[in-house]
Amino acid sequence: MIVQVLDIGLVALLLTLAGWTILARFTFPAVVSYVAYGLLLSLIWVRLFAVDVALTEAAIGGGFTGVLLIAAASRLRTTTPTEQGPAAPLRWAVAVLSALATLALAIVVLLLPDPSPTLAPQAIDNIAITGLGNPVTAVLIAYRAFDTMLEKCVLVLAVVGVWSVASDRYWGGAPSAPRAVAQSGALTLFAQLLPPLGILIGIRIFWVGADEPGGAFQGGAILAAMWMIVMMASLGDAPAISKRWIRIAVVAGPIVFIGVGVLGFATAGGFLAYPAGIAKTVIIFVEIFMTLSIAAALPMLVAGPPIQAPRL
Amino acid sequence: MTLVLNLFSIGAICAGLVFFVAGTVGLLRFPDPLSRLHALTKADNIGLGLVVLGLLPFANGVLGGLKLMVVWVLVQLSGATVGQLIAQSMRRNGPNA
Amino acid sequence: MTDFLFAAAVFILFMVAIGLVRVLYGPHDADRAMAAQLFGSGGIASLLLVASATHVRGVEDVAMGLALLAAFASVAFVNSVAAAGDDGVSGK
Repeated sequence: MIVQVLDIGLVALLLTLAGWTILARFTFPAVVSYVAYGLLLSLIWVRLFAVDVALTEAAIGGGFTGVLLIAAASRLRTTTPTEQGPAAPLRWAVAVLSALATLALAIVVLLLPDPSPTLAPQAIDNIAITGLGNPVTAVLIAYRAFDTMLEKCVLVLAVVGVWSVASDRYWGGAPSAPRAVAQSGALTLFAQLLPPLGILIGIRIFWVGADEPGGAFQGGAILAAMWMIVMMASLGDAPAISKRWIRIAVVAGPIVFIGVGVLGFATAGGFLAYPAGIAKTVIIFVEIFMTLSIAAALPMLVAGPPIQAPRL
Repeated sequence: MTLVLNLFSIGAICAGLVFFVAGTVGLLRFPDPLSRLHALTKADNIGLGLVVLGLLPFANGVLGGLKLMVVWVLVQLSGATVGQLIAQSMRRNGPNA
Repeated sequence: MTDFLFAAAVFILFMVAIGLVRVLYGPHDADRAMAAQLFGSGGIASLLLVASATHVRGVEDVAMGLALLAAFASVAFVNSVAAAGDDGVSGK
């Protein structure tokens, strides 16, 4: 009985937060609400026993999106809005359509046959061939490796997109990561104490993803957050985008993934097929470079386009 | 033995809940941001610490228990830093931060 | 025992929900950053209680990741509050 109270309470709080996020009149309260929404959603995923998704939601929804939105809001603070927001009838129409879509989805989910059609048993039955113990990782890197590879390519495209917003004369220069306005002993201490621990935790979460909840994306997001904290505390600078090492770091993941995929033609008979026997080794090899790429790309997304001319 | 552990857990968690109530009430009812900050940082750290203490008997072995402690240390670190930063920004910008 | 853990989780969530009032009505942005911090520690406490009650595997890793990232988000919020104050622009 108390479990139902918990679940209903979680949903009610979630809807309230969503409402506050939309109805907040200023940017900062909306972003705080949105990050709280992400953290609460992470709790709900744990409640649904989807721990990998909970970790990703905490990393991206709770951490990164918040910082990204705050950085965007800071950049917009000094500009004046050029047009009015949408008119009231349009907003009402959008609200009604969204509610109808939600209702339709809810009805579909509640009307699913019981037991609902699922491939989970087959996924778990065949997992021994991949050498992994975590079915979510098996789905991401083995059964649906093609989708994951394309997602990593999309991340590279996002970084290129952000960089291309710079004006011509700044191309190749360094972006300015959001940083504290004044030297603060507390922040410096924080940025010195947290990253070593965070790097350890990030690598552990990546490594343990083969058998327990975790994986490359979550570990990479945590590593990215550690780099961001160092930049925020002014203990390090965002690299100039013309530097070779950052470019290699960002594209290493997709390139290795595509390379392994092409090699799959020779070794196992198909694109992204893994040779039996060393499947787990290949998967870990690909995941290492994916983690590196994510850890390099996410902070670059937050740092934004270059705003200084390149130093020659 | 299990009964003693259960009682210990219940006691520690209830104490933690008391501190969470104190922190929330302080956040809502204290007159100005600095005192609200004081209530929040003190109460939440101890609240979470007591909850973690109460959950230690149910942890997954020694490693699980260590991870719970690491979580508490991380929250303390972030709470302390956030407290300092908020207070510094309020002192710099006057009462209308 | 599991019922007690669930009840404690409900209670903490209820407290955090009340604290969120500060997010919406808090006169200063610093209050909102504080409410975010409250949400972080309260949310982690709830997560640990729920996971202990339902024996979810691997949840301590989620709690560690959440603690790291909640710290990161809180510090980013506070930096932006400080920056807004220094710009002389209203913190909203």
